[in-house]
Amino acid sequence: MRAESSPERDNLIACDKCDALYRVTKIEKGERAVCQRCHTVLIAPVQDAGLKLIAMALACLILVISTLFLPFLEIQRLGFSNETTLLDAARAFSGGFLGVLVVAVVLFMLGLPALRLAITIYTIAPLVFDRPALPHAKGLFALSERLRPWSMAEIFLIGCAVSLVKLGELARVEFGPAFWMFCVLVVLIVIQDTLMCRWSVWRALDR
Amino acid sequence: MTITARERGLVGCRTCTKVWPEGTPRCARCGAKLVSRDTSSLQRVWAWWLAGVLAYIPANMYPMLQTRILFQTSEETIVGGAIELAAYGSYGVALIIIAASVLIPLGKFFAIAYLALSISRGSRRAAGQRFLVYEIVEFIGRWSMIDVFVVAILSAVVQLNLAASINPGFAALAFALSVIFTMLSAQSFDSRMIWDRASSEAEEGAPSAQSRTPAKDMA
Repeated sequence: MRAESSPERDNLIACDKCDALYRVTKIEKGERAVCQRCHTVLIAPVQDAGLKLIAMALACLILVISTLFLPFLEIQRLGFSNETTLLDAARAFSGGFLGVLVVAVVLFMLGLPALRLAITIYTIAPLVFDRPALPHAKGLFALSERLRPWSMAEIFLIGCAVSLVKLGELARVEFGPAFWMFCVLVVLIVIQDTLMCRWSVWRALDR
Repeated sequence: MTITARERGLVGCRTCTKVWPEGTPRCARCGAKLVSRDTSSLQRVWAWWLAGVLAYIPANMYPMLQTRILFQTSEETIVGGAIELAAYGSYGVALIIIAASVLIPLGKFFAIAYLALSISRGSRRAAGQRFLVYEIVEFIGRWSMIDVFVVAILSAVVQLNLAASINPGFAALAFALSVIFTMLSAQSFDSRMIWDRASSEAEEGAPSAQSRTPAKDMA
């Protein structure tokens, strides 16, 4: 059974965290609609959000690719030195227990954020240019929302800081260009998250 | 007084917040399954919770890191590593590790168990307070991953042949799994159930302080 949509019900939204029912009124750009009961942000449209999101996502993707190929950390001890790019790290240990760990970590810190950025471009770009949504856009956007807690770039950054302190006793460490790009990437991802209004995207996808 | 979708015979989509008549199986907009209250969710919460607790035990018993400097090998557990850091004078970092690897996971186990029990047995605590607990658990749970990342970074970087090498221990895997299982446990929880009992009682307090809210109440 498929429910027909009715114009009256189309104006209603239910808070996904507490089920409170609201009638949507006109919400200006820059305003926020907050659930009165549990304070979850329901609607938060931003001026020209689509274009800004695409620009941000493209910049982020470029940073992701550079982060993969440029040296991330350099370490020296007793004349031995080792310069690591993330891709080298992932490849060098492909196989074995450490391999699984490194691949999983690269997935959490870079793979999932990159996937979410790509999905953002794929779903939002056609909407911004007044084209119909591309196939599977809705499913992909839902997937991207579900992956949000699993993309852990900012946590990895704190991990880098802790590692540096732990390494301090053992060897000399220097950050490579990829590390600084990764820092910028984390900041951009956080900003990008505040631009995205879930409700507006779903409504636009529905047209 | 808040009116819920369920009281109006409607069901809200948890993915895209669209509202459908009760009994609609799937959201026609985003394709998500529709349930007014996910009653089987508590079973999933407890299953993942148990898996998380079980994985957390070996995570603390086995070594997290295996460090070899020249011909000396040493192993350290999560707590041992933090104590060593503190001994070297890095109190701040030791505190971060203890918070992320011990306090947050333990706190999460208790918080999720409390929330699940408060649903099945009822609770006198206000729904708002219990929801705050839920939000903190959802927000803070991912941060436990710090120690896993540290182990991965150290072992990927410190591979200097004879001079020094660091390898991950079994605890790194167990701990990562524990964090993942508890995140899944928290995500399985249907937070709408926190509010159900509350709405039958009198609503406490005035409308929210943040009531710049343009979304109009149904009442």
